[in-house]
Amino acid sequence: MMIFLIVFVLAIFLGFELITKVPPTLHTPLMSGANAISGITIVGALTCAYFTQSPFMANALGFLAIATASVNVVGGFMVTDRMLTMFGSKKEEK
Amino acid sequence: MGGAWFEVAYLVAIILFISGIKQLGKVRTAKNGNRLASLAMLLVVIGAVGQLNERSHGAGVDWGWIIAGVIVGGGIGAVVAKKVQMTEMPEMVALFNGSGGAASVFVVLSFLANEISTTLKALPDSVSLADAMGWDTTLALALSILIGGVTLTGSVVAYGKLSGKVTGDAVVYDMQHQINGGLILAALVLTALIGWVLGPGAAMSVSVFLALLSLGLGVLLVLPIGGADMPVVISLLNSYSGIAAAMTGFVLKSPVLIVSGALVGASGLILTNIMCKAMNRSLLSVLLGGFGQTAGSGSSEDAREYSNVKSVGPEELAMMLEGVSSVIFVPGYGLAVAQAQHVTRELGDFLEAQGAQVKYAIHPVAGRMPGHMNVLLAEASVPYEQLVEMDEINPEFKSTDVVVVLGANDVVNPAALDDPESPLAGMPILNVHDARQVIVVKRSLSPGYAGVRNPLFEADNAHMLFSDAKVALQETLNELKETVGA
Repeated sequence: MMIFLIVFVLAIFLGFELITKVPPTLHTPLMSGANAISGITIVGALTCAYFTQSPFMANALGFLAIATASVNVVGGFMVTDRMLTMFGSKKEEK
Repeated sequence: MGGAWFEVAYLVAIILFISGIKQLGKVRTAKNGNRLASLAMLLVVIGAVGQLNERSHGAGVDWGWIIAGVIVGGGIGAVVAKKVQMTEMPEMVALFNGSGGAASVFVVLSFLANEISTTLKALPDSVSLADAMGWDTTLALALSILIGGVTLTGSVVAYGKLSGKVTGDAVVYDMQHQINGGLILAALVLTALIGWVLGPGAAMSVSVFLALLSLGLGVLLVLPIGGADMPVVISLLNSYSGIAAAMTGFVLKSPVLIVSGALVGASGLILTNIMCKAMNRSLLSVLLGGFGQTAGSGSSEDAREYSNVKSVGPEELAMMLEGVSSVIFVPGYGLAVAQAQHVTRELGDFLEAQGAQVKYAIHPVAGRMPGHMNVLLAEASVPYEQLVEMDEINPEFKSTDVVVVLGANDVVNPAALDDPESPLAGMPILNVHDARQVIVVKRSLSPGYAGVRNPLFEADNAHMLFSDAKVALQETLNELKETVGA
């Protein structure tokens, strides 16, 4: 478990280093992009029980997990792309 | 596991996530960064499906649940992402934060239900969950439920406040801090029960109880926080959704979950910090809530105290704008409410065509979420170069002919600079009072969120235009077009 904790701490620091100087224009897209990435729980959702012999409770919870994570993944990436397209387009116009 | 192909897929995905989030931080590469991250996600999903298939040993994966979940969730996400208005972006991000938190809770509960029905089934009740799964996994499991649950309902309340379905006021109740403290203590007790006291048999129902308690805690924590503190709350909940995902990663021993969750957690914390600085408030004071409550009670009387307020109409605004050489628009939450971003841009373009220099001054906490104004004006195709940050534009107000404040209040309140007694004291503001003329387009003299009177409204160089921003600017634009055309 210690190794996972080390990975976690390093990733937090890496995140701080990577994101510190984000211009205000990108604050909203960064958040919705982060929304999408937090949909990574879809991996967890896919390791849930979906075996035919699993109890109904585990299957039903797994379904809810997949559904909520999919909202984030699909919605997050699509809306971020939509926003960033608005940012990009007028530079090309000009 | 020794180098199974899906492990490699996860590793590549981690690299793509890291470069993706790095590129999301720069205007030129942001779009590409988002696509890299979505590619990473696709890779991860393919890997996870492969892993699931392998783990089942041909025992028959019930793909129906998975496909149904992806269709339902993905469908909702796609429709929301396509339909959402840019003015509603804070509400949408709040809801997405919430579903991220919910996903963590569901994953962990499903994991536990399955463990109990398989590996833990044979164990006697004298063996605790911590003995069976390890204390660290048990702790991560409880934290995942707790943080995920708080994120879910906290986000729903934040959504309610942003969309006006729940009062935007800071709802303060008696014994607020004692109640919340008690709930957190109760969560610790439940965690101890789940891991160390009760056997695996009872762990599931107590975990569900812990989830319910976390849901209640989320509501109570966000309710006392007022509407204009939402930029901080949304950023923090954004961070929580990542931390909850990382905790889920600890439970499932999945490095890709831990790394991505941590990246989201870090990015949310950075935004939280930026927002707090822009309001000169500590995170703790935001979280404890109730800001503006005491000042707010006397605010209606404060508003009546204004003297020397000069009110103008759209015709006068048009006259002031005629032939100016420099104009700065200062958008605030009122612009979003009035959906006035398009007409603002039209007016800006018109003035520019008349030879004026037009800029837009953006305060970091203008609106209800980080970057709210930037997204709105981008939607109206305001060129990126015309949006100027606070520090950069503040020296320019002195040499500006006309400043038009659109539904902003606290972020242009000079009391923050010269009244040490003001609740806003020390908050960095846009120095619009330095301009030759200031027109404040606002529906009434009502105080802003902080409940503080704004001396700007009665300044010698200021005029008030009491109207909805969209209506006022449209009339001003029509007026200007007539004058110039004639």
